Amino acid sequence: MSTATNDVPVLRASHLGIQFGGLKAVDDFNMEIGQSELVGLIGPNGAGKTTVFNLLTGVYQPTEGAYYLNGVKMNGKKTHQVVEAGIARTFQNIRLFKKMTVLENVKVAMNKDMNYSLPTAIFRLGSYWKEEQETDEKAMELLKIVRLEDKADYVAENLPYGEQRRLEIARALATGMKLLLLDEPAAGMNPVETSELLDIINNIRTKFGISVLLIEHDMSLVMRICERIQVIDYGETIASGTPEEIANNPRVIEAYLGKDDEE
Amino acid sequence: MSIFIQSLINGLNQGAIYALIALGYTMVYGILRMINFAHGDFIMVGAYTLFYTVPMMVNHGMPAWLAVFVAIAACVIVGVLVERIAYKPVRNSGSISALITALAMSLFLENLAMVLFGANPKTIPKIFDLPMIDILGAKIQVKYLLTLGIGLAIMICMTLFVRLTKIGKAMRAVPQDKEAATIIGINVDRIITMTFAIGSALAAVAALMYCSTYPRATTDMGTMMGIKAFIAAVLGGIGVIPGAMLGGMILGLIEIFVKVYIAPGWYEAITYGILIVVLLIKPSGILGKNVGEKV
Amino acid sequence: MPKKMKTNYLINLVGLILLFLVLYAAFESGIFGSRTNYFMGIATTACYTIIMVTSLNLLVGILGEFSLGHAGFMSVGAYASAILTNALADTGIPDLALFLLALLIGGIAAGITGVLVGIPTLKLRGDYLAIVTVAFAEIIRVAFTNFQITGGGRTMSGIKKLSNFYWVFWVTVVCVAFMYMFIRSRFGRTVKAIREDYIAAAASGVNVTFYKVLTFTISAFFAGVAGAIYAHYITAMIPTTFNFNYSAEFLTEVIIGGTGSMTGSIIGATFLSALPEMLRSFSKYRMLGYSVVLVLIMIFRPGGIFGGWEFSLSRALSRFSPKAKAANKTGKEDE
Repeated sequence: MSTATNDVPVLRASHLGIQFGGLKAVDDFNMEIGQSELVGLIGPNGAGKTTVFNLLTGVYQPTEGAYYLNGVKMNGKKTHQVVEAGIARTFQNIRLFKKMTVLENVKVAMNKDMNYSLPTAIFRLGSYWKEEQETDEKAMELLKIVRLEDKADYVAENLPYGEQRRLEIARALATGMKLLLLDEPAAGMNPVETSELLDIINNIRTKFGISVLLIEHDMSLVMRICERIQVIDYGETIASGTPEEIANNPRVIEAYLGKDDEE
Repeated sequence: MSIFIQSLINGLNQGAIYALIALGYTMVYGILRMINFAHGDFIMVGAYTLFYTVPMMVNHGMPAWLAVFVAIAACVIVGVLVERIAYKPVRNSGSISALITALAMSLFLENLAMVLFGANPKTIPKIFDLPMIDILGAKIQVKYLLTLGIGLAIMICMTLFVRLTKIGKAMRAVPQDKEAATIIGINVDRIITMTFAIGSALAAVAALMYCSTYPRATTDMGTMMGIKAFIAAVLGGIGVIPGAMLGGMILGLIEIFVKVYIAPGWYEAITYGILIVVLLIKPSGILGKNVGEKV
Repeated sequence: MPKKMKTNYLINLVGLILLFLVLYAAFESGIFGSRTNYFMGIATTACYTIIMVTSLNLLVGILGEFSLGHAGFMSVGAYASAILTNALADTGIPDLALFLLALLIGGIAAGITGVLVGIPTLKLRGDYLAIVTVAFAEIIRVAFTNFQITGGGRTMSGIKKLSNFYWVFWVTVVCVAFMYMFIRSRFGRTVKAIREDYIAAAASGVNVTFYKVLTFTISAFFAGVAGAIYAHYITAMIPTTFNFNYSAEFLTEVIIGGTGSMTGSIIGATFLSALPEMLRSFSKYRMLGYSVVLVLIMIFRPGGIFGGWEFSLSRALSRFSPKAKAANKTGKEDE
């Protein structure tokens, strides 16, 4: 199933599951993502896609199974520890630091790599100025990648919708992760914005060599960019394979595409 | 043994008062998700009303407790005015604005009372003239039993009211989904005002019961009693009517028993300690349901 | 350090020295006559109120959480420092050293309490947390009422009068500057991110727990320092002073000044603590007035009078000098 070239996949989820009061929201979820692979996770509304993201980022703790980042077991880690280890995400309903500037939004995610101490900050010692300036420069580079370098001083909530989504990606990038989880990044975007976004995603993959797991509703988008696709419904994996295989899988057509047509 | 029974009755009496106040907090919290800090001060309004009206009743040859109806009227007017003038405009500006506004209204009522009635406590004339009875060697005030009875009766009535009547059902519908409630023809503003009116009326009854036990009205009597009643509401499970009763009773019993048997000086600290522990272990309270934030 | 910032800090320092000299000259020249001590007292009150309100603003404005028990932290600082100075009364330590030691101990004692109060913030937010802070402050008050060493419910008196205005002025300057530097650093930025969206902050690698407890600790520390100043100014105190209403008063001053604005807190604290003292007949209506203003602010200007705006001396000066204008164009990092 895995096409990963390395021995150890970037992400491996095995028999991952979670119950909420007896209800299985996700059950027996298995997945492997190789180095710089782009995998799509699709499924009808309420299929448990975002729950998978929450499991992979320590928001929920799995009640069954385990998941590994580069072979290291991640169960029991808190969200910020998962980020530290190298998994970052964006949110389906954008969650920016609204009243802070674009630059500050990115710098918050770089805080974990900044080292100056509280006394250094209070007495404004040399390393305060040095680190702040270095972080500014790094943050500006990331903003360039998502094409927001001209808007660094804007307050985040004043950005148009598409740019807010891109800022979320920049913020995730700033954590220096190995695996990026994108939760419906193209939702609400027009075709121009979407194709710009695809450029950015491809750019990031080639530039940083990271792996991406993508939840998306827009089937044509998923078919276009994903190397592999996994389909879940009612928390269970019903199919997985290349875009062509998925497009021709009768169970997928029944569960997802059929319903999608009705909408 | 007799001390035990006496403490038990005292505790239940205290608990019934907390429970009635807690009910007002719980109903408002249930519908608006706000802590109505001014609710405790409604009791103060009730107590001052009793201070002025009980002698009037007695002078006209009527039973003193009839003054409670004047107190109910006064509290309902104050409650509804507070809601309409201060709370309604900030209803949609977030929980923090609501919290500050409620705090401000509490300060306002307290300081207004200070300006109107002065800083000296007022002694409220005797409301009930009831005997003491003997139960298993313990001398029990009949008015305590009366308080307990009234408290239980009101609690049962409120539970039935919310379950069975149209207004009660609307009260439960509004917090679920304000828009949907509007669509099916519920006048949300009216329901919220009704909730405040009922809560304030209960505060007036609580004032009557409180003043028959502790016949003093002070301008700041509402603050701490309000906070303790809120603790009772949280303890039982906020938004749940039987929870208010349960929480109030538990709190009243704990306070009295700690005061009598363990450490008289520390009983308040124990009340607050319980609150902290409950909030940390089960923030939804004894009868409440857990709700997490959606990611 | 960039040269521009150096200039800014210098300008502010000069401004503060000038302010100090004006006050010093006013008090020492005797133009207030027999009322000199009275006015110095008001100025001292304004100073510790400024520390209280700015430290509370760290919680309310920067972390976005409510504390309705800030007077509790203050009382811990007040009693801890008073116990210390009582114990060291006749050891011959110079007054200034004793005063600074008292402030430090007051701050540390309150800071430790801050850690304790900070821990529930891991699970609670908003109104529930506000109630927990009330509960903590009340527990502290009950404890001080019961402990023998703090007067056992009676007034604890005979505390050495160490808080003279000239010292307190500079202590206040240092405290406010420290808090300001905290806010304008990676720490403050992270705390603001938690205020904006704690879930997104965690997803950006922020250890939300650590930063919340840190902010509570720092806020409590400075409230403790203010408490130590209070104890050694008032010299006799009783636990009931530090009640819910006192806490609510500080919160009121934060909100009226503007959540998140240090300038607002400073001006708010100065005026709201000094005015009622100056206008004795007004003091009866003071809290009534505050509460009305508070409701009006919530309805019409939820950000408070100053919103998030900060006064900048160098920016103000640049209006008058074209040369400085160029240097301070991006001077939002100063004060």
